[in-house]
Amino acid sequence: MTDAAAPLSTADGRPLKAALAASQTRARRRALALVAPLFLFVLITFVVPIGQMLFQSVYNPTFADAAPALRQWFDDNPPGAAIDESAFAALAADLKQMRAERTAGAAGTRINYDVAGTRSLFTAAARRADSLEPPYREAILDLDAGWGDPLLWRAMRSASSPITADFYLAALDLTRDQTGAIVQVDEKQRVYKLLFGRTLMLSALITFTCLLLAFPIAHLLATLPLAKSNLLMILVLLPFWTSLLVRTTSWIVLLQQQGVINNALVALGIVGADGRIQMIYNQMGTIIAMTHILLPFMVLPLYSVMRPIPPSYVRAARSLGATSWTAFRRIYLPQTLPGIGAGALLVFILAVGYYITPALVGGADGQLISNLIAFHMQKSLNWSLAAALAGLLLGGVLILYWLYDKLVGIDNLKLG
Amino acid sequence: MALPAYASPLEKLWHYTYLVICALIFLFLISPILIIMPLSFNAEPYFTFTEKMMALDPEGYSLRWYDSLLTFGMQAPDAPRDAAWWGDFWRNAQWMQVTKNSIIIGFFSTLLATVLGTLAALGLSRPEMPFRRAIMAVLISPMIVPIIITATGLFFFYSKTGLANSYPGIILAHATLGIPFVIITVTATLVGFDQSLSRAAASLGANPRTTFFKVIMPLILPGVISGALFAFVTSFDEVVVVLFVADHSQQTIPRQMWNGIREQISPAILAVATILVVISIALLTTVELLRRRSDRLRGISAR
Repeated sequence: MTDAAAPLSTADGRPLKAALAASQTRARRRALALVAPLFLFVLITFVVPIGQMLFQSVYNPTFADAAPALRQWFDDNPPGAAIDESAFAALAADLKQMRAERTAGAAGTRINYDVAGTRSLFTAAARRADSLEPPYREAILDLDAGWGDPLLWRAMRSASSPITADFYLAALDLTRDQTGAIVQVDEKQRVYKLLFGRTLMLSALITFTCLLLAFPIAHLLATLPLAKSNLLMILVLLPFWTSLLVRTTSWIVLLQQQGVINNALVALGIVGADGRIQMIYNQMGTIIAMTHILLPFMVLPLYSVMRPIPPSYVRAARSLGATSWTAFRRIYLPQTLPGIGAGALLVFILAVGYYITPALVGGADGQLISNLIAFHMQKSLNWSLAAALAGLLLGGVLILYWLYDKLVGIDNLKLG
Repeated sequence: MALPAYASPLEKLWHYTYLVICALIFLFLISPILIIMPLSFNAEPYFTFTEKMMALDPEGYSLRWYDSLLTFGMQAPDAPRDAAWWGDFWRNAQWMQVTKNSIIIGFFSTLLATVLGTLAALGLSRPEMPFRRAIMAVLISPMIVPIIITATGLFFFYSKTGLANSYPGIILAHATLGIPFVIITVTATLVGFDQSLSRAAASLGANPRTTFFKVIMPLILPGVISGALFAFVTSFDEVVVVLFVADHSQQTIPRQMWNGIREQISPAILAVATILVVISIALLTTVELLRRRSDRLRGISAR
C-alpha cells in the first residue's frame, strides 16, 4: 500500500470494485438460472391456468355471440332508452339466427342466470322464430308477454357485453334491478353469502379444536426426552402420511349409524338401539374428520416452537412465588404464541379451501364453498359463476397467505 | 416430563389428568387408522366388529375382500388360478389398472418435481439470489391455493390446449402440486449446508459439475429423497385434479376409492385402505431414517 489514493485492482489490472460487481452479477445470474426452469414451469402449469379461470369469471361471450343484432341495438341506445319496435326487430333477427345456429338454449341459459325462469322463453320463441312477421313488438309479445319484462331487457343488455361483473355480483348474492342499481337478491335466494359465512365459521371452529387438541400433545412431545418423543411423534406423523381418502373412510366406518362407535354405545347401553346418534353426513362429520386430518399441521409448528423453550423459565417463575397456573399463563404461553399463530393460520388456510372431506362426509349442511364451486363446474355447468366463486375464495386465501408470510415466513414451513 | 418433588397433591392430580388427556388425543389421532385394519378382514359385509370377530373366532375373519380386489373387473374371475387367470388379472382387473395408472403418473410427476425442485432449491439457497422471498412465495403457492381452484383453472386451461384427458396433463398437474414439498425439504437440508465445502472442492481443482455430484449431492441426497417421497405421496393421494381433467382411462387409486365411497361402500374399500396404510408406514419409516441420516451427515447428533 504505497499510494492510498490509487484504486485497488485485481491481478489482471481491473479495478477491484468492477471485478467484484461483475462476479456478483455472475453469481446472481447463476442462481436465477437454477430457479428459472421451475419458475417457468409453475408459471405455465399453475399461474396461467388460474389466470385463465379468473378471466372466465369476467368474460362470458355466450349471449353476445348468439345475439349480434341486439348487441348492436344496445350499443346504439343508452340504458333507459324505450324498448321500441327497433329493439324487438333486433330480437326477432337474433331469434331467427339462434334457430339457425341452435344457440337459443345456450343464450337462454346465460340470461337465466340473471333472471330465473327465462330459458324457456328463448327456446320457445326461437322454435317459432321463422313465423315472426312485423310489427315484431306485437308478434313477440303475442308469443309470450314475458318478453315485455324490463328486468329481462336489463339482463340482456348486461349479457350483450362479453366482459361482465354479473358473476361476481351473483357470487355475492347481489343483482341489478330495472334501473341498473345493485341490490341484494331475494332473501330466499341468498345462498352464497351464507355458504361463505359457514365456511369461515366452520374453518374457525376446526382451527380452534385443532389448537385445543394440539397444544397438550405438542407440550408433552416438547418436554419428553427425545427418544420417547420421537416414538410418540410417529403417532402424529403416521396420520400425516396416510392417504386423505383412507382417513375419511375410517371416519365413515367409525361414525356411521351402524358404525363402530354407535355399536359400542348401544352395546354398553348408553344409547338405545333406536337412538343411534347421527354423527356423520352432517356438519359434525365434517368437523370431526377435518380436525383429525388437519391436526398434524397444528402439532408440528407448535412442537418446533415449544422444543427450544428452556424449562428453567417456568421453574424460575415458580421459585419466585407464581402458582403453576400463573407460571403457565404469564411465562410459558406467551413464548408459544409464534407457534400458535403459525399453526392456526396454516390450518385455517387449508380448512377454508377443503373439498374432499366435506364432499364425502358433509351431507347437506356440512358442505363448504369448494363443494359449491365443484357443483357449478360439474352439475349446473355455470362455469363463469364457479370461476367467480373461486376467484373470491382465491382472494381470501391469498390475503391469508400474505399474512402468513409476513408473520411466520414461508421459509419456516416445516414438514415433519 | 417428571413431576417436581415439591408438587402439591392438586398438581399431582392435574399432572395425571393431563397425561390421560394426552393419551386420549393420541388415541383420537391413531385409532381411525388402526381400526380399519382388522375390519378389512371381516367375513361379513359389515363395517363393524361382528360377534365372531370379538370372540377371535377364525371363522369371523377372511380374506374375501382382498380377493374381491383382485377379481373386480376381470373377464373370468372364477376360472382356475393359473397363468391365464393372472394374465386376465393383469389386463382387466379394475384395481390393477388404477394401480398401474397411479404408479405411472406418480413416477413421472415425482421425477419432474424432484429434478426441477432440487435445482430451484439450490438456486434459492444461494445468498446472491434476488427476489428470493417473492419467488419462493410463488413456488410454494400450489400447496396453499385450494385444490379445487387449481383443478378449475386446469380444467379451463387443458380444454383449450388439448391436454385434457391425457397422461401428460395429469403428470404436469401432479408435478406442480408436488413441487412445494420438494422445495421445502431440500431447502431445509441446505440450511445446514457448509458452503466452505464446495469452495474447498473448487480450490482442489474440481469444476462445478464435479463439485455438485461428488460433494453437494451426497450431502443433500437424504433431503432430496424425502422431498421425492413427499411428491410421490402427493400424486398418489390426489383425487380432485383427476376428477376434473381425467377421463375413464386415467383413473387412479384414489379416484377409484372416491367412486367406491360415493356409490356403494363395501369392505373392499377397507382392504385398499389397509394396503395404503401399510405403504404409508413404509414411507414414513424411510423418511424418518433419511432424516436421521441427514442430521448425522450435517453433524447434528441425535437432534
